[in-house]
Amino acid sequence: MCLGVPGKVIAVKDDWIAEVDISGVVIDVGLQFTPEAKVGDYVLVHTGYAMHVMDEAEAMETLKLLEEMGAAAELPDGQIS
Amino acid sequence: MADDRVLLAHGSGGKVSHRLIDEVFMKVFTDPVLNRQDDAAVVPGGEQLAFTTDSYVVKPIFFPGGDIGKLAVCGTVNDLSMSGAVPKYISAAFVIEEGFAFAELYRVVESMAAAADEAGVAIVTGDTKVVERGSADQIFINTAGVGIMRPGADIAAANLRPGDAVIISGSIGDHGVAVMSTREGLSFRTAIESDCAPLNGLIAAVIDSGADVHALRDPTRGGLASTLNEFAAQSGVVVAIDETQVLVADQVAGACEMLGLDPYQVANEGKVVAVVAAADADKAVAAMRTSPYGREARIIGIVAEAPDGKPRVTLKTTVGTTRILDMLVGEQLPRIC
Amino acid sequence: MVKYLSEFRNPELAAGILRRLEKVSTRPVSFMEVCGTHTVSISKNGLRQAVPDNIRLLSGPGCPVCVTANADIDRMIAIAAQPDVILTTFGDMIKVPGSYSSLAKEKAAGSDIRIVYSTRDAVKLAQDNPDKRVVFYGVGFETTTPTVAMSILDARQKNVANYSVLSVHKVVPPAMKALLDLGEVTLDGFICPGHVSVVIGTRPYEFIPKDYGIPCVVTGFEPLDILEGVLMLVEQVERGEAKVENAYKRLVTTDGNKIAMETIHRVFEPGDADWRGIGVIPGSGLNIRQEFADFDAARLFAGVEVPPVKEHKGCRCGEVLRGVIYPYDCGLFGKACVPEHPIGPCMVSGEGSCAAYYRYDEKPRTGA
Repeated sequence: MCLGVPGKVIAVKDDWIAEVDISGVVIDVGLQFTPEAKVGDYVLVHTGYAMHVMDEAEAMETLKLLEEMGAAAELPDGQIS
Repeated sequence: MADDRVLLAHGSGGKVSHRLIDEVFMKVFTDPVLNRQDDAAVVPGGEQLAFTTDSYVVKPIFFPGGDIGKLAVCGTVNDLSMSGAVPKYISAAFVIEEGFAFAELYRVVESMAAAADEAGVAIVTGDTKVVERGSADQIFINTAGVGIMRPGADIAAANLRPGDAVIISGSIGDHGVAVMSTREGLSFRTAIESDCAPLNGLIAAVIDSGADVHALRDPTRGGLASTLNEFAAQSGVVVAIDETQVLVADQVAGACEMLGLDPYQVANEGKVVAVVAAADADKAVAAMRTSPYGREARIIGIVAEAPDGKPRVTLKTTVGTTRILDMLVGEQLPRIC
Repeated sequence: MVKYLSEFRNPELAAGILRRLEKVSTRPVSFMEVCGTHTVSISKNGLRQAVPDNIRLLSGPGCPVCVTANADIDRMIAIAAQPDVILTTFGDMIKVPGSYSSLAKEKAAGSDIRIVYSTRDAVKLAQDNPDKRVVFYGVGFETTTPTVAMSILDARQKNVANYSVLSVHKVVPPAMKALLDLGEVTLDGFICPGHVSVVIGTRPYEFIPKDYGIPCVVTGFEPLDILEGVLMLVEQVERGEAKVENAYKRLVTTDGNKIAMETIHRVFEPGDADWRGIGVIPGSGLNIRQEFADFDAARLFAGVEVPPVKEHKGCRCGEVLRGVIYPYDCGLFGKACVPEHPIGPCMVSGEGSCAAYYRYDEKPRTGA
């Protein structure tokens, strides 16, 4: 039961509420679990709460790794790993 | 009107009723046939007529990009257009809840008049009932429409042939998301507007282009997924769609991700899916693009034979795999799983 | 383009990983995903068929709606019918049948049942309707539970006395253990739930490689995330290793979200839970602590009479939920049991295995 979607914090309001932009859709999101979130951060939104602040460096790292994995598959046998 | 709100008396049939009709409907819908105020409209016609009816209930009645009135006219104009007819005459019947504000009624009626004007159809007959508070939700509208068939048009959901091209006039899911964005308990802010529009001009452009049109349908409730599945089932074919060609606005994609909805199952009110002979696909797309409502028309798939006799819709996904595109079952509910 | 989603749907990268899988995978393996959102994503992206034939992706008890016992649904329906009650729930639960009825049917029959997107909306509804008793039907795993716990803390702080929660929440790791202890399926790896792990971290899975020798990879929900997770599992198997790896580092850490975990434990305490298809799993449930008894619908409505439980006959949802059979292997699947008239919960819930396989999978794979 775990749909989560990344969105960008565009404003932090009172009472632990932030406005989060999900590709042009803006919703109110609770920041109680991610008090460190600030404007500009991407957070994972689940049922109106931010559950984690996106680690952008790790996201880029994963994409780089995925590219390398695919590229490695192109190499002749014996050169993998 | 002297009153601010619609009262039960406005539905009584007496003087107050006449005032409602004269000061709202007759004032806004200024059609010579309607002006005669007979029990039935007598209108010139052709040999082959198309005839349709639809009732409109939408919550909220005003939403970004439209309202129940515009929807009631465009929906019926579009249903007639999809059968290959030229829409001509529309009826408008209202069920109004006691206490409904006249200011809002005016807005709805004026919006209907504007949509009818744009579509070139005449609102020639109508009816009004007022029901007790709680017996209806603000306002319900029924429209019926008559259109004159274009000679030689043979457009039906059963006419798909292997090899045909599947075309859609633009992005999907805009209407459903625009309406949902205003619903109680689901409030999110988005600039997305309903695509609600009369499509008779666009359809005329496609047919007049000389393209061999086999089927036309507007993917309203149930979305693109339902329309394509209806086509596949009625023609006994496979409809193969390429997901990378289907346009979903960023905001619609975002809202669907958030609410766990499938944009393919979200309603549209100003889009048409056209199935045309493969050789005419580009011609049909070019014709659609001459209409303001078809600027983003595109080919999204092809029709193929159903080898095992099982009609279905397949979707080549963005990652290059293939899956089934099934029809919506029951009500579309936001989900968190 | 939804940032952080569309990048992970890149077809060239997907093709690259699939090619690599073909190369490195030498033996037949069965991996189980234990999250319904994974099940749906795998089906929706056609991945079950796209991976090499020797890799079988099985679905486990990852749909919280599907594993909710009939008795718990019956109790909720009985509470919804009490005077002055407004029942709030996520949309997922609405159509799921209990022994005799569903919330959708009860709504049509007159119970006041409302769908909310967030527990915050349920608390607000209670504030706006002080003369009503607003009950939130708390279903879900660790991803959702902190938000429900937060709603109770919030209601207490704001003195919203007419708000309560019926908790049928469950936690995932004990269910994975129960499946392994049943010994019905031979697994070569677990695809661990990404968003549950956002909250609990990767540490709670350590016992699986340690005690059972089975590799685990935590991963996300986009097609590339899932393919990467499968590849990492295959590589562990090929190297003869078993450990917990994290393919979802942009959101998952070793320790998870500490504030969310503390919030869960502040409000809930572990208890036993009844899983449909599996039975009672010790320590897999979450009960509201005595300190918050005023907000516990189980206590507040303890006197409400619930009719005796009746199970659906002929339905093999239990075996599907345990990964013993593929949905296609059930005689009812796609025949008597389809989304329009479902027999078991796995066909009702949007993320139920049967519904996901029925709706999206082009070529059935049988013989799990």
